[in-house]
Amino acid sequence: MKTIELLQESVEVLTTNKLRTALSALGIIIGIGSVITLMTLGQASQQSVTDRIQSLGANLLTISPSKRGGTTLTYKDATAIADSQRINTIDKVSATYTADANVSYGAVSDSAQITGISENFFIMRNVELVEGRFLSEQDDLLSSKSVVVNSTFITNFMPDTRNHLGEEIRVNGTTFIVVGVTKDVSSFGRTENSLYVPLSTAQNVLFGVKYVSTIYVDALNESVMEDAQNQVGFLLMEQHGIKDPLDADFTISSQADILQTVSQVTQTFTTLLTGIAAISLVVGGIGIMNIMLVTVTERTREIGIRKALGAKRKAIILQFLIEAILLTFTGGLIGVILGVGLSTILTNAFSLPSTISLVSIVLAVSVSIGIGIIFGIYPAQKAAKLNPIDALRYE
Amino acid sequence: MIEVNNLSKIYLSGEIKTTALDKVNFKIAKGEFVAIVGPSGSGKSTLMHILGALDVATSGEYVLNGTGIEDMDDDRLAEIRNKEIGFIFQSYNLLPRSSTLKNVMLPMMYAGIDKKERLARAMDALKSVGLEDKIRNTPVQLSGGQKQRVAIARALSMSPSILLADEPTGNLPTGQSQEIMDIFQKLNNKGHTVLVITHEDDIAARAKRVITLVDGKIFSDKLTKKDKKTKFKNISAENKIKANKIKKKRK
Repeated sequence: MKTIELLQESVEVLTTNKLRTALSALGIIIGIGSVITLMTLGQASQQSVTDRIQSLGANLLTISPSKRGGTTLTYKDATAIADSQRINTIDKVSATYTADANVSYGAVSDSAQITGISENFFIMRNVELVEGRFLSEQDDLLSSKSVVVNSTFITNFMPDTRNHLGEEIRVNGTTFIVVGVTKDVSSFGRTENSLYVPLSTAQNVLFGVKYVSTIYVDALNESVMEDAQNQVGFLLMEQHGIKDPLDADFTISSQADILQTVSQVTQTFTTLLTGIAAISLVVGGIGIMNIMLVTVTERTREIGIRKALGAKRKAIILQFLIEAILLTFTGGLIGVILGVGLSTILTNAFSLPSTISLVSIVLAVSVSIGIGIIFGIYPAQKAAKLNPIDALRYE
Repeated sequence: MIEVNNLSKIYLSGEIKTTALDKVNFKIAKGEFVAIVGPSGSGKSTLMHILGALDVATSGEYVLNGTGIEDMDDDRLAEIRNKEIGFIFQSYNLLPRSSTLKNVMLPMMYAGIDKKERLARAMDALKSVGLEDKIRNTPVQLSGGQKQRVAIARALSMSPSILLADEPTGNLPTGQSQEIMDIFQKLNNKGHTVLVITHEDDIAARAKRVITLVDGKIFSDKLTKKDKKTKFKNISAENKIKANKIKKKRK
């Protein structure tokens, strides 16, 4: 008896009871569908984070206080790094202070992220200009009330205004004049209203603080990153009067560090979600086994007839195994289509890069075939072991 | 062709031993038409299972076409059933969802015969039972007699050594029963060996030889009157006495 004939037979059997076939394959469809969707989403968000961090530049060092929201870093630290004669591995330095504030323009009022920036910021962070100009050294020296806004802010606050430059907006009650508009820097498809003001204005006029949130340092090139990290670290310890590196009140992280951390986090998350989805595959497999056991019992007499007419064990095992595999294979295929469709919709909705790989599709289909074999073999063996005399008497 | 020597079958269920067949001996030559009769519990079914290679005896010999069928594994028995035995069951045992043609082709599929030849042989077999116009019908669309003819066609398709019919007319009205027996007679005239197991006297009367089983032993083995040369075979004195006792009891 040829396998192709068994396949035809199985197709016939499965199409005879369409509803049951569909319901028993549903577990596999949902399982494979969700595994593909979650894997793709996980990989896509990881890709997105990686892209974003890498777009900041591989040479960037980020210095932040050891404690979140700490007040240990100052603008003086930034100038010390920039002016130091002993540091020969760095290119540019920029300090920022970031906080939320209430912003209003005309009748529109909403909260927005205010970033006070010192020179070099826009170049170092690859921010692109759409209209007007960036903030200058002059703006910082004079604590000018100039502001650069992002495109989201324009969309939300000034949808009907033609000329954005020179417009007056109020931040925490102080009037600022728009001098430039930048492109959005998206974070996971979500962009906030973002305003850039001179660092001195943010510190003295808006928020009344003496410290900065972050100092960015550009190393000369990627190969001196470690030296730069050490040199900057020792200088800051000296500045803060710290002897033991373990007592440091700041942390210096490179893009590589951040990348690694973020990758680890998203990887763990993806694995976890995929693992949960994989459990549903096992449940689906048990469903298949259950239905195959029912099928074997229901068709006891048929098995008896086949054995009486000369079917060997192998023929019976193959017949039921192929039926189970066909069930899970078809389920897996539908699951793949479902998963690819769903993840395409979702990655588009969150504007993530789509990363559905052929490998994961092939893997998913192989796994579903594997489930058919694992959960189909026991019922098939049970069928093959039936005693023909008893099976023929079965009503 | 069939040779049975001291064949015994003992069922064990817990502590209780049931002897279904007790040292049965007979021979059936090629081309014979034999009926095996006996009351229920006489061991008819057990004998038919063993002769049909669905089961193996506890002790004794069963030689079919020179091959001893003892201690065979399931797959070897399946092969014997496929090639040597043509089964005809009381309840037809056709696959309910498959067409007449497919049912007839089933044993040939397991024998690995290629599709073309399968089809040709199935058509031949269906013609010989007069069902060539019903090849597309499924069993539910057929009468009992027609179903049994499909089963006969299926049994014929592999040209087996024996046609083994177990109460083939048990579920049929009288008219159709005679029709089926006519087919068996015709097949026997053509040279097929036919073995019918029945409890109906008029069905047994159609055979040339009748073996009567009582309590797992052969009570009588004789040629029917039709065959004129009536003679008794293989009956021991012990069996005769026992059988007479049973007859008296029944009266």
